Parts: sequence; C-alpha cells; structure tokens
Amino acid sequence: MAEQSAAPFVPQRRQRNGIVRSVLEFIGEITSLAAQSGVCLIRGRIALRDAVTQMATLGIDSLPIVVVTALSTGAVFAFYTTGVFVRFGAGRFVGGTLTLSFLMELGPLLAGISVAARSGAAIAAEIGSMVVTEQVDALRAMAVSPVRYLVAPRVLACVAMMPICCLFADTAGVVGSILMSSINGVPQQTFIESARTFVTEADLLKGVIKTLWFGLTIASVACRQGLRVHGGATGVGRGTTSSVVLCIVLVFVSDFFLAQALSGPSITIR
Amino acid sequence: MTAVEIRRLCFAVGGRTILQDIDLTIETGTITAVMGMSGSGKTTLLKCMSGLLRPTTGDVMIGGENIAGMRESDIDRVRLRMGHVFQYAALFDSLPVFENVAFGLLQHRRMTRRAAGAAVAARLEEVGMAGSEALMPSELSGGMQKRVGLARALAMEPDILFYDEPTSGLDPVIARTIDDLITETRSRRRVTSVVVSHDLGSAFRIADRVVMIHAGRKVAEGTPIEIAASRQPDVAAFVRAGGVAKETT
Repeated sequence: MAEQSAAPFVPQRRQRNGIVRSVLEFIGEITSLAAQSGVCLIRGRIALRDAVTQMATLGIDSLPIVVVTALSTGAVFAFYTTGVFVRFGAGRFVGGTLTLSFLMELGPLLAGISVAARSGAAIAAEIGSMVVTEQVDALRAMAVSPVRYLVAPRVLACVAMMPICCLFADTAGVVGSILMSSINGVPQQTFIESARTFVTEADLLKGVIKTLWFGLTIASVACRQGLRVHGGATGVGRGTTSSVVLCIVLVFVSDFFLAQALSGPSITIR
Repeated sequence: MTAVEIRRLCFAVGGRTILQDIDLTIETGTITAVMGMSGSGKTTLLKCMSGLLRPTTGDVMIGGENIAGMRESDIDRVRLRMGHVFQYAALFDSLPVFENVAFGLLQHRRMTRRAAGAAVAARLEEVGMAGSEALMPSELSGGMQKRVGLARALAMEPDILFYDEPTSGLDPVIARTIDDLITETRSRRRVTSVVVSHDLGSAFRIADRVVMIHAGRKVAEGTPIEIAASRQPDVAAFVRAGGVAKETT
C-alpha cells in the first residue's frame, strides 16, 4: 500500500533532480567560459584584431536597433506619464522621473535586450555553424583553444560595447521623452531643470555598471549555446533560439538583483 | 618505429558503445587506411587518435605519449606534431585561403603575415592551388577545398596526418588527384598517414596496411592484398561490394 502511494512521486523527484542538475550544469559552464575568457584576457592571449572586429559586429551594428527602441520607448513612456503628472499639477517632476527611469533602468535594460536579441543570436548561430561544419574541431586540431579564439574576443567585445550601447539608449530615451513631453505641455526647459534637480552622475553610473554584467552574461550564454550545438541546421536553429531566450531572461533576472545591489531596497531621491 | 599505438580502446556515448577493444599499431612513414561501412566508428577512431575525442577506456600513444588521459593544454603540445584533414575540409569560412593555410603558423610560430606568405605559397603550390590565396572558401569547389585543407594541415609540417574521408563526394579524377597528393606527401616528407575511407579502390591504391572496422570492432588488419583475399564474412562482403577483389588479387 505504502509502495503504491509512493510510486508516483519517484519520477517527479527524478525530473526535479534533472532540472536542478541542468541548471547547475548551465551555471557551471557559463561561469567556466567567462573565467577562462578572463584568464585569456589577463594573459593577453587574444588577437586584438578579432576583438575589434567583434566590437564592430556586436556593438556598433547593434546601435541603430538600440537607438530606435529607446527613442520609441522614451516617447511612449513620456506620452503616458506626462498626461497624468500635468493633470495633478506635477509637470515639473516629469523630467526627473523619466530621466531617472531611463538612466537607471530602461536604458540599460533596452540596450541589454536589443544586444541579447541581435548579438546573442549572431554569436550562437556563428559558433553553432562552426561546430556543425567541424571548424571548431579544426581549431582544436591545430592546438588553438576555441575559448581563446572564439569566446574571449566576443566576451571582451560585449563587455566593452554594452556601456556604449547603454549611453546611446539613455540619450535616445531621454530625447524621445523630451520631445513627447513638450508636445504634451511640459516645456523642454522645465524638463531639463527637473532632470538636473533629481538625477546625479551616480545614477548614470549605476545603469552603466549593470550593462557590464549584461554584456558578460550575453556573450557567455550565447557562446555556450553555440558550442553545444549538435545536429546540423536544425541544431543551429535550436541553439540560436535558446540563446536569445536565455539571454533575455537572464538580463531581466539579473537586472532585478543588480537594481537591489546597486540602489538598495528603496531608491533615495535627492 | 611506432608512430601511433592504440591499446584496448573503447568509446561510448550516451550509453551506446561506438568502439570496443580496438588495438592498433601504426608504423612511422606508412599509410594506413581505416575502412568500414558508414556508422562503423571509423571517424570516431580517427578523432580519438587526434585527441578530438576522449576514449572511454584504453590508451592512445602518439610518439610514445599517452594522450588519452592528458589535459587539453597538454594534448595541444602533441597536436602541433599532427595534422588533420577533415571530411568537408572545415576551412574557416570567414577567412580567405591565405589566412586558412597560414593559421597555424600565425598562431604558433609567431610569424608575420609576410614571413608566412612564402610558406603558404609553397604549400598551395604543393597541392596544386598556387595563386588562390585571396579566394574565400565559398568560392572553391569541394575538391579545391580539400586541397586547401591539406595545405593547411601541411603548413605546420606534421609528423602524422589524419585524413577523414578525403575522396568522398569527389568525382573520380579529383579523387585520384587527392590520392596522388596523399602518396606524394608521404614520399616527400615521410609523414605517417592514417586515412579513413569507405572508398575501397582509393584505399587499396594508396595504403600500405588496411584496418577493417565493423560495428565498432576491428575485424581485420593486413596489406591490401591480404584484406582482398580475406574469407572473414564481414570483410569479404565489404570487399565484394566494393568490386576490387579481382582487380587487387
């Protein structure tokens, strides 16, 4: 009797153990990739030319998407916010609220999501294709570490370019907010004075620091998903999709913890 | 002198045994063809020899060093003495032919591009691809890609060359050219060559010794003539299907 009632729980426990094991493996692998890349960078064992090429491909080429996304979001955010603030006679707080939101949260997040979607997919697809066409095996056969040659330049490129993408997102977002706010009854001058009152350089820095972590996460996860590809074109597709999904989810999850760590449980406004 | 020695090698993945109890000795300067049907484990065996796959159990001795239990960084030291020609060439598709052939030299010998230029030109000349330095891999035919792949493997002047299906998917004329390149490379440089193939005609033409793999086990080993005359059922069926028994014997 006892055996009968216990039996259905066994597969569930196994399944749970399987998921826990997969999650731990995933964390272990991306940590290991990031650490090995760090060692390569510290020892100066990466080709600077490759890193610069990756910076252009992963960072500069992402800027148009980052700018368009942030500009639109800034405008829409201002459209809703300004209406409510003006109705309650709080128009002079619009600039501070929107700029603070952008510098600390929306700018880094939009930059992170845009780079995760574009560059995360590109990295996983490129490395995945190299795996299925044996180019990664060819690297190893020539005694060249795939981590040194493929992963480290991408990690460096993403970490270096994410803050730049973030600054572009911040600027575009704030510009979009100013334009839409002025249409909705908050003059540009009022918006800028409000921003100057409420926002400090530290707020900008907190947002930029977040993006360093996003860059590290995106590059490590995308490279890991690419290197694990198997099964031809279908495998490359699967790897690319999982890379984008994981990168975006991890950007959101880590954003929550980073916000807590950088700002404390509640934000203090000057 | 022994170049490669394999002892009781087993390879399993996902609970499935791919190779079982393989013992094999390859003498320096010889051409050994590893033959067998598709899925018999030939490529897995080759990858175990070059350290791209870790055997589950057993030893892989390369020039007296057992690479089976080595760390990746230690295997890299041994790999500098080996070259690998892949089934579909595996050229780096983002790099032109020059960069592909010079890759090992630029990475390991700290050569400048100019210094590597002469070596690249010589290797490309050797494989009949002179003047193709600026071409991208996508601009090359399958046979040309394999020749560039061979030039890339030769650039590091290896002692041992592993060829994975060097003639598969090629027309008979190009396949013959590749065979000639393999034998010329051996006679010119005394390179030990291990050729994985299911092309009987090609293997019997170039190999000093032939090893037959069937369902993950070594079922026969000998000279091409001995293999062609074998009465072992799996070997005889393979040789008969390949249609070279009469020709060779």
